[in-house]
Amino acid sequence: MSDTHAKSVAFVRETTIPQSAPPMAASGPVLWMRTNLFATWSNTLLTIAALYVLYLVLTATMPWMLNGVWNTESLRACREVLDGTSGACFSVLTERWNQLLFGFTYPSELYWRPGLAFALLFVAAAPVLFFDLPRKLLFFTAIYPFLAYWLIWGGSVLYPLLALAGVVVGYLVYSKLVARNFAAGFFGGIAAAVAFIWIGGLLIPETASDNAMLEAVPSRDLGGFMLNMMLGVTCVSLSVPIGIALALGRQSDLPIVKMICVVFIEFIRGVPLITLLFVASVMLAYFFPPESTVDLFLRVVIMITMFSSAYIAEVIRGGLAALPKGQYEAGDSLGLDYPQKMRLIVLPQALKISIPGIVNIAVGLFKDTTLVSVISLFDIIGMIRGPILASTDWAGVYWELFMFAGALFFIVCYGISQYSQWLERRLATDHR
Amino acid sequence: MKKTVFLGALTVAGLAAGAAAAGTLDDVKARGKLNCGVTTGLVGFAAPDANGVWEGFDVGVCRAVAAAVLGDATAVEFVPTTGKTRFTALASGEIDMLARNTTWTFSRDTDLKFDFVGVNYYDGQGFMVPKALGVTSAKDLNGATVCIQTGTTTELNLADFFRKNNMEYEPVPIETNAEGQQQYLAGACDTYTTDASGLASTRAAFENPTEHVILPEIISKEPLGPLVRHGDNEWGDIARWTLNALIAAEELGITSANVAELGAAAGGSPEVNRILGTEGNLGEMIGLDAQWAMRAIAAGGNYGELFEKNIGEKTPIGLARGLNAQWTDGGILYTPPFR
Amino acid sequence: MTTLTDPPQESFKLSMLLNDSRYRSITMQVIALILLITAFWYLGSNLMANLRAQGLNISYEFLNSAAGYDINQTLIPYTSQSTNLQAALVGIINTLLVAFLACITATVFGVLAGVLRLSNNWLVRKLMSVYVEIFRNIPVLIWILIIYTVMTVSMPAPNAFRGETPTATMLFDAVAFTNRGVYIPAPIWGAGSMVVVATFFASLIGVFAYRRYATKLLFDTGRLLPMLWPSIAILIVPTVLMFFIMGSPIGLEYPALKGFNFRGGTQIGAPLIALWFALSIYTGAFIAENVRAGIMAVSRGQTEAASALGLRPGRVMNLVVLPQALRVIIPPLISQYLNITKNSSLAILVGYADITATLGGITLNQTGRAIECVLLLMLFYLIISLLISAVMNVYNNATRLKER
Repeated sequence: MSDTHAKSVAFVRETTIPQSAPPMAASGPVLWMRTNLFATWSNTLLTIAALYVLYLVLTATMPWMLNGVWNTESLRACREVLDGTSGACFSVLTERWNQLLFGFTYPSELYWRPGLAFALLFVAAAPVLFFDLPRKLLFFTAIYPFLAYWLIWGGSVLYPLLALAGVVVGYLVYSKLVARNFAAGFFGGIAAAVAFIWIGGLLIPETASDNAMLEAVPSRDLGGFMLNMMLGVTCVSLSVPIGIALALGRQSDLPIVKMICVVFIEFIRGVPLITLLFVASVMLAYFFPPESTVDLFLRVVIMITMFSSAYIAEVIRGGLAALPKGQYEAGDSLGLDYPQKMRLIVLPQALKISIPGIVNIAVGLFKDTTLVSVISLFDIIGMIRGPILASTDWAGVYWELFMFAGALFFIVCYGISQYSQWLERRLATDHR
Repeated sequence: MKKTVFLGALTVAGLAAGAAAAGTLDDVKARGKLNCGVTTGLVGFAAPDANGVWEGFDVGVCRAVAAAVLGDATAVEFVPTTGKTRFTALASGEIDMLARNTTWTFSRDTDLKFDFVGVNYYDGQGFMVPKALGVTSAKDLNGATVCIQTGTTTELNLADFFRKNNMEYEPVPIETNAEGQQQYLAGACDTYTTDASGLASTRAAFENPTEHVILPEIISKEPLGPLVRHGDNEWGDIARWTLNALIAAEELGITSANVAELGAAAGGSPEVNRILGTEGNLGEMIGLDAQWAMRAIAAGGNYGELFEKNIGEKTPIGLARGLNAQWTDGGILYTPPFR
Repeated sequence: MTTLTDPPQESFKLSMLLNDSRYRSITMQVIALILLITAFWYLGSNLMANLRAQGLNISYEFLNSAAGYDINQTLIPYTSQSTNLQAALVGIINTLLVAFLACITATVFGVLAGVLRLSNNWLVRKLMSVYVEIFRNIPVLIWILIIYTVMTVSMPAPNAFRGETPTATMLFDAVAFTNRGVYIPAPIWGAGSMVVVATFFASLIGVFAYRRYATKLLFDTGRLLPMLWPSIAILIVPTVLMFFIMGSPIGLEYPALKGFNFRGGTQIGAPLIALWFALSIYTGAFIAENVRAGIMAVSRGQTEAASALGLRPGRVMNLVVLPQALRVIIPPLISQYLNITKNSSLAILVGYADITATLGGITLNQTGRAIECVLLLMLFYLIISLLISAVMNVYNNATRLKER
């Protein structure tokens, strides 16, 4: 074909022109800026406004941050170093680093223990958070609470071992009885565990902790960010099972059980956490037997657990309600009884739907652990507002401390919420 | 003493059972630790230092009692309490005694069922103003914005003072001393009011302490003292007489330096002998051994030494003895005789 | 009388309580009830024993005795001689005030940020994401402390307005921003001012009447009357006219520096502003997420369908997208309002006299009546929460998808 033209037309291009770059305005950063920053008049205005805000924020903070002083002993010394120029006294962070993380009374030579417990937390949490990991790791997760307890509080290893043994006994009794009847297995297991621990507790001598491998640390000595982490982790993990029970109770068709659960959930959700903490700090002591005192940490754990279990119950209730009715009916038609139906069909699906919601509650709860500073527990905020700002060395340093506390919370909470989003995407694929 | 009930791993963390009926003294001895309620941090009176060791004037009283009862001045568990939690903590038995700048008032002594065992610091509520404001008397404060640290009797005194003088003011309630300081220094309030000792301690931490004055008017009586639960008189006696021993020791010249020497053998002064247990059986009468007072004084020194070390004129807080001098020096510290 | 169809009565065996589903539910409930009663009895008897041991009693007498302390911001008359009950009432009103204000501004922040997060301007989108993430992931307690510190440290003290060369000046000589609060002019109601106010309310009713009429006309005949301009005119013109006819009866009282503080005008205290702003900007981040989710939940097909019908963009938003998005947005929005109300209990940190700071703070400290105060406090929050939940249920029922 081309040959025919060769004679009739003066010039025929037989190869394609090499591609030239698109005009500046239609590609690269310019195009990107035109579409993303200056698309319309109003958009341009918005961009300029945003740039101005950025400029204001950066000029206000950057010199201050960059001019920061990291190695002075006190605010006075820091101000001398700064000599009137604007700059941050980050030295409060380096000087009080341990206090901010561990509180002021945790023995400093023992910091490795909570540190190790914190590191192991990731190992223990991994198989729960990422389903791809080998299931065998769950074994470590099961031991972790006892290990972490022993690491943080120290004392005789017999107590956590006994508690662990009690749980094992309870599980054995449960698996023996569950074949016959779930209720018998469940309650039998709990009763066996409690009885075992009770008897074992009487056998452990009072002096067991005196020469323990790890020195005992009273819970009053816990503080700093460690306290926030511990409250968050303990209360969330305790409140998930309670939340499941409450959610099932609220869905049940036994009127009295249902009423108890509804009243509990609505009551807890209706009052601010701070009033519950007031209850823990000023009221709860009156509700324990006259001759016993339960220390503040445990009282706070009780109240925060109640608080978060009510919220988690509502999330799980949402999950239960979202299941198609057919699933329940399928369970019934297979002739399963209530515990079997719930355990084998409904809960696995409902919990899966509720996981992102539970993670959100966990993030919120973790942030709310800062409220304990209002009732004189020395968490990180309590440390800042109490001993650090009250000391003559550092009275008057606010921004650095609040920024540091905020940054710690941001890292943890942002991490968890990113995980939650990843999980949501992961779970969503199964439905397609 | 009931056997510790062990209910699962959790309870180990918290449930420490002791029989209140048996008396606080037996509890403390069985526990081997004195639980003492203090503030969450007021420099000079009770505050943890950089190493987390509690220091201060109130702390000294706790340590003295621990030394008297347990023979070990460090056998004290300091429980930080807020204005809100302190009374519940004491009433519910969480702490054995409260040494937290608590004003001895009628209703606290009677209605709230506590026993004040004495006064370790005679205080009064005062005002601090910046010098630049040009105010020389609290009577000039009509219309001022006043920062008050809440949780004490200060709000009531303040309201009474302004009402009595027909003046107006705007209160700014503040939770912690550090925040009060921040508000005051930023000029969000014209004056800061709390106990005069607290003002001095706050001012000591300022960048420029000389730019602020504490006004001469003291608008209230604030006898601050340790307190115990009502009804356990044996324990109350121990706390009361330990405090008295510290005060009497100063009067009689017993110091932490010479207490061991004076207590080694009976000396020339009968009262010193009785206090230090080389004569008579005072210790037995309050259920302790003979050396109780000796240990209490050796723990941190006598009243005067505690004062000088923690809040005296040589410290940054710089409080003068004033009312808190011995009666022989023109103050009102006057202990009943030890006999 | 017996019927023959009755099955022969089985003899009742004890094991049937557990194994027969007819009785099992009753057994379970009886057990639950017994456990509940035991628990309450146990706690109650402990309480009684503890109180008896300490010679205390539960009594609400203290509510009628004089409170003895002053409160800096009261909307109802209150002096230090008023009772603790009145102090609690002041606190309740202050709680409701800050919650109400914060709900409004949080909604504004939230809607703004939520819409801007969907903007096609990259910078704005990113800035809004940063705002939302930063505020959602740091505890509200830290935000309240930071914002309160910003207010006190970076705003000028009233002293800065003094002297020959003041370092701070009032805005238009009428509004003063200080670290004790914002002072704005206060209206003085002269003789005849009531007529002006009455006119204003009458024209407000007039606006509603006009809009109803216009809508009815639109539905009946399809004729479209202009809405915005007539509404504004009806609202403003008669009131302004009446204002001048009555001879300008409403004046303004400007704040001025006298003595220690600004005097005159209306003061909005710094604690209120700090708490209000902190709560609204914090909750705004959460609302932004709700708004974004709500708008994204309306499928694109809806917008395209509406455009295909020939609706203008504004109407697409008003008539098609918003009504559907609101159904998704409102329920979480109301629970955010609930959160604001509950979080306002942190007022104690900034010295704002809400119910937690009066009844649960100073009154509790001064009277030592911990149990009574905390119970009353919880009761109040419970009532508020239940009321808000009730409103939410009414709304949910009203906007539920009418399915066949």
